[in-house]
Amino acid sequence: MHLEPTPQQLRFRDAARDFATEVLAPNAARFERDERVPDEIFVELGRRGLMAVAVPEALGGSGAGTVAYSLAMTEIARGCGSTAVTMAVTNMVGEVIAAFGDDAQKLHWCPRLAAGELGGFALSEAEAGSDPGGMRTTATLEGDEWVITGTKQWISHGDLSSVLVVWARTDGPGARGLSCFLVPKGAPGLGIAKHEDKMGLRASHTVALSLDGVRVPESALLGPRGAGFRIAMMALDGGRVGIASQALGIATAAYESAVAHLRARKGGGDQALQFRLADMATRLEAGRGLALRAASAKERGDVFSREASIAKAFCTENAWAVCNAAVEVIGDDALLEGHVAERCVRDVRVTMIYEGTSEVQRVVISRLELR
Amino acid sequence: MDFRLTEEQQLIQKSARDFAQKEVAAKARELDKEGRWPTELVKRMGELGFLGIAVPDEHGGGGADNVSYALAMIEISKACASTGVIMSVNNSLVCDPLLKFGSDAQKKEFLAPLASGQKLGCFGLTEPASGSDASNMDTVAVKDGDSWVINGSKNWITNGPHADVILVFCCTDRSQGARGTTAFIVPKGTPGFNPQPRDHKLGIHAAHSCTIFFEDCRVPDALRLGDVGMGFKIAMHTLDGGRIGIASQAIGIAEAAYEKAVAYSKERKAFGEPIANKQAIQFKIADMAMKLDAAKALTLRAAWLKDQAVKDKSVRHTQESAMAKLYASEIATEVTHQALQVFGGYGYSTEYDMERHYRDARITEIYEGTSEIMRVVIAANALKG
Repeated sequence: MHLEPTPQQLRFRDAARDFATEVLAPNAARFERDERVPDEIFVELGRRGLMAVAVPEALGGSGAGTVAYSLAMTEIARGCGSTAVTMAVTNMVGEVIAAFGDDAQKLHWCPRLAAGELGGFALSEAEAGSDPGGMRTTATLEGDEWVITGTKQWISHGDLSSVLVVWARTDGPGARGLSCFLVPKGAPGLGIAKHEDKMGLRASHTVALSLDGVRVPESALLGPRGAGFRIAMMALDGGRVGIASQALGIATAAYESAVAHLRARKGGGDQALQFRLADMATRLEAGRGLALRAASAKERGDVFSREASIAKAFCTENAWAVCNAAVEVIGDDALLEGHVAERCVRDVRVTMIYEGTSEVQRVVISRLELR
Repeated sequence: MDFRLTEEQQLIQKSARDFAQKEVAAKARELDKEGRWPTELVKRMGELGFLGIAVPDEHGGGGADNVSYALAMIEISKACASTGVIMSVNNSLVCDPLLKFGSDAQKKEFLAPLASGQKLGCFGLTEPASGSDASNMDTVAVKDGDSWVINGSKNWITNGPHADVILVFCCTDRSQGARGTTAFIVPKGTPGFNPQPRDHKLGIHAAHSCTIFFEDCRVPDALRLGDVGMGFKIAMHTLDGGRIGIASQAIGIAEAAYEKAVAYSKERKAFGEPIANKQAIQFKIADMAMKLDAAKALTLRAAWLKDQAVKDKSVRHTQESAMAKLYASEIATEVTHQALQVFGGYGYSTEYDMERHYRDARITEIYEGTSEIMRVVIAANALKG
């Protein structure tokens, strides 16, 4: 048992913290107004090894593992939630390709993603969110090409991604009929059906993707045919650690703004507000323990679905409660546009939804507990 | 980072689990109903080394770490919360301060028999008119030659009716406030040390507590623990450790209720199928599991930091201990509530364990610092930065 990060893990955390403090936090409100995180931010994150933290070094990643990734993710989210979700999804895509790709796929995409090009994750559909088995997008083999047709919903930076991991039905109904493909940007037939206008994470684009007979070579299949659902679930177990960490970061920013507010008050403010602060601090501390425990289990190669789902549900729900409490503690100012707590309370809300809603996490947890 | 238990920690956890399940669990309901002090279990805990787990071997203890202590507390409290708190008081509130602040002679005379289970200790800080405001005490100790004369009363003293020795905190200089407090070791049988009949409580019926009167109780200066005026510091240090014990007790109680609820939900049928098939029950189970894991994460972290503090004096765990105690005790109330709900009417019946777990959980939010005091501590630390 050793409950402190290693020096290497701390270096990643500190690199992320410095970048978040110096570059992201001061610009997060502007990014949101512009509805775009500039491309060079991701190039800079790439330079710091943060776009492919747990991807092996041989593929251009940092090879630093999931604990370092979780710590870094929390710090980046503390500066800007939108930057963090882009980083989270791209890291997840890099890891999926590193884990399931063949050599050509790995060598082609992983170094690009590590350097700051974006990767997208196209699983959800309008009628298939929590239940990906209900997916309607299809891929059929015509000669030596796959032809993919369907619509994907809620795809983070789907319009900006160099590569999209796209799930489609290749064989029969249910989860076993799904396969996974790598679709490059600009593939003919790949279009943006809609830019979503969201409550939070407004600097991160979310789009609906239309795939209208998109043709990719047979070699674009990622992993074995029919393994799509398994790949998605494995990716999401890891992704959930990332989102738990992101939620903690957003909540930490809101918490710190509440602390600063109370410090400026005579005597540290009213006891009622101080008690809310104590609860916020306790929930964040517990969340950090759960997120890092899940990260550590993943890093060791253990089965970690239970830990990931507990971390995801606990961290995101408590992060939301912390952001909400920060607004209560600070009062009216916290509702003004440009106030960090105002942005956090909007940004954090989706963490309870994407990469598996809180309800789906409870389904996973209770299934394992009742086994 | 490595969240896995060491081999030694696993071994102690297993030995505590075996003892708890084989020797304690079957008696817990009867102990509770009769309010019977578990003499035989206290003796067995001494033999097994559970009464001074984190005390080094050379002082008669188990020589293990505080993480092992927390794990053992969880297991024993899971079987019987009363037995758990008896253990916690001796380990955290008596052995730990004697180890840290005791003179060599005091360690030899008191720590060794307490840590090995030959004697049992209790901790006298709270008074009828001062609980959370601990430094504002009425009990006084006045120096008279080479000894001190103690007058006053301490209440809610767990283990009080059976303890061989009390660590008692007295005001020795009213003008100094908290810094006018001094701690003394008072053996049972000292004239003027008068334990009163046991208290009657909502829960932890087998862990007897009582008021203790001190009436011109004379103790030699050699039984002063630490320096004159150091008592409050000793008390606060001690409670930082004690809160890890209570957090662990709370987890044990909640885990007991949780596991029984999971098992029952698979057996109990309603509307033609086990209630475990109902999402309403599944989500309760998920919530309980999540809260228990979060409480364990906080508590093991506090215990681990206390272990680091043994090696590195700059390590503090006041904040982490307070968070662990606050969170674990509050979720123990919530988890036992929901677990009882899963049991329905059977949960309310004294023929089953649920109502005992529910009653036993409640005290963990009160003793060794109420939830409100925990929040005061946590907020003060957070605002200090």
